[in-house]
Amino acid sequence: MISDPDVVGLLYLVAIVCFIFALRFLSSPKHARKGNWVGGAGMVIAIATTLALDGIGNWALIIAGGVIGSVIGIIGARTVKMTAMPQMVALFNGVGGGAAALVALAEFHVAGGDLGGEEIVSTVLSALIGSVSFAGSMVAFAKLQEWLSGRPIVFTGQNVFNVGILLGAVALGVALVAGVDEQWVLIALIALALLFGVLFVLPIGGADMPVVISLLNAFTGLAASATGFVLDSLMLIVAGMLVGASGMLLTLLMARAMNRSIANVLFGAFGQVQTGAGGTRVDDGRTVRATSPEDVAVQLSFARKVVVVPGYGLAVAQAQHDVRQLAELLEEKGVDVAYAIHPVAGRMPGHMNVLLAEANVPYDQLKEMDEINPDFPQTDVALVIGANDVVNPAARSDPASPIYGMPILDVDKAASVIVMKRSMAPGFAGIDNELFLEPQTTMLFGNAKDSIVKLIAAVKAS
Amino acid sequence: MTDISLVVELTVLVLAIFLGFEVIAKVPTMLHTPLMSGTNFIHGIVVVGAIIVLGFADDGFTKAVGVVAMVLASANVVGGWFVTDRMLEMFKRRPEGRE
Repeated sequence: MISDPDVVGLLYLVAIVCFIFALRFLSSPKHARKGNWVGGAGMVIAIATTLALDGIGNWALIIAGGVIGSVIGIIGARTVKMTAMPQMVALFNGVGGGAAALVALAEFHVAGGDLGGEEIVSTVLSALIGSVSFAGSMVAFAKLQEWLSGRPIVFTGQNVFNVGILLGAVALGVALVAGVDEQWVLIALIALALLFGVLFVLPIGGADMPVVISLLNAFTGLAASATGFVLDSLMLIVAGMLVGASGMLLTLLMARAMNRSIANVLFGAFGQVQTGAGGTRVDDGRTVRATSPEDVAVQLSFARKVVVVPGYGLAVAQAQHDVRQLAELLEEKGVDVAYAIHPVAGRMPGHMNVLLAEANVPYDQLKEMDEINPDFPQTDVALVIGANDVVNPAARSDPASPIYGMPILDVDKAASVIVMKRSMAPGFAGIDNELFLEPQTTMLFGNAKDSIVKLIAAVKAS
Repeated sequence: MTDISLVVELTVLVLAIFLGFEVIAKVPTMLHTPLMSGTNFIHGIVVVGAIIVLGFADDGFTKAVGVVAMVLASANVVGGWFVTDRMLEMFKRRPEGRE
């Protein structure tokens, strides 16, 4: 048993250093996996040290809780499909927030009104932020899992009502800090915070989920950090805050990639089906032109440079592996193939890269937006598969469009554009896409997987 | 636990914010999903709080709350780690000789 606080502190320091290395190694896919192992080692050290603290008891309960949680975690992590990764991250994120709130509640109960100013402030923060993160993550999970509609769920006076709930929770928090030592006040605060978490994510549409998930990630980090203040643990403060900072930064990056302020994402209820969005659309008689797999196969086979632009539709159709096959086939014919990944392609930051990596697409073929955009004018064929809003030129040209100003992939600058799409239905932002009417664009309608399988056969035959 | 002064804790907190921004800014967009699940795993450190609360609990209420916290936090840690490992394993370079 360890009783020397310095020894405990030093072991915790080792754990922190491991966590920092884990994040540092993520700067390249080459070392990233090693980094995760280093982080895992840090976690083992932290947990072992804590278990060895003088006076820890209730072993049966600790082991039971740990085993149940671990089994749930392993099963979830092993079975989740890569397309469902955003839900999974939301779920693990939520349980972390819930744990932070419960630790705060238990500490408050044990102290029985004996908490100092610093402890009570951090207890309130931990309970508040942790509960919002828990409830919000669960709603995000339900939306992504399609248990709830992905479209924004709105009612009149919603923002005012939500702010009222939040203010209510904050008022209870202030009362606790001011010296009200009743446990029911903290429980009421948690209840209000849970309600706020639900109401705050409900009106946010599916396209904005990447932002929400990274924000909730930051919240759980902050809650863990606040728990660190309650328990006087520098390790929790640092580890929690690293996550908090990371989540905040990612949230900002995501919002910037959509050219929207965070406030607009959170309170704008973006993506409701809009009638007449994008200003008044002039019906200039242009129509979309459909094409056949055979024609596309010829175009692709004789191209010098092909850029594949994958969107979430590709993942939904589970066509990643087929796309990789098609790309390899074209490369054998001497075609230069690259993948252009928009920062918000998929349902969470970097999601599309994971989906393509799963299909064994080498990561050096995956190009970020800023890297690939200058290449489009020299591209013979841009193959847009299941992407819509991220290639909509209205973002550059139409100030009335809701996505105006959002950085997009400049596929319309390629010599020819082939859009593979199930139908003419609008994307997540709920708006029409001018790209489909451009003279160099042809549409290949149908399920992405079927179309690509036909394309592969046609390319082989040509 | 030891008593650490609030000022020291706040100092460490602020330094951690800057460190977090520094480290995360170097992560390429390509790895943002593993980054999120990796940081997800790291905030599972709250499991240490759950162990302390449960380990020192001596009344029913605290034990009940502590066990639930323990279940949630361990699911966070274990699930977060495994899912990150699964993703990172998939990121591979182009095989040699195919440039």
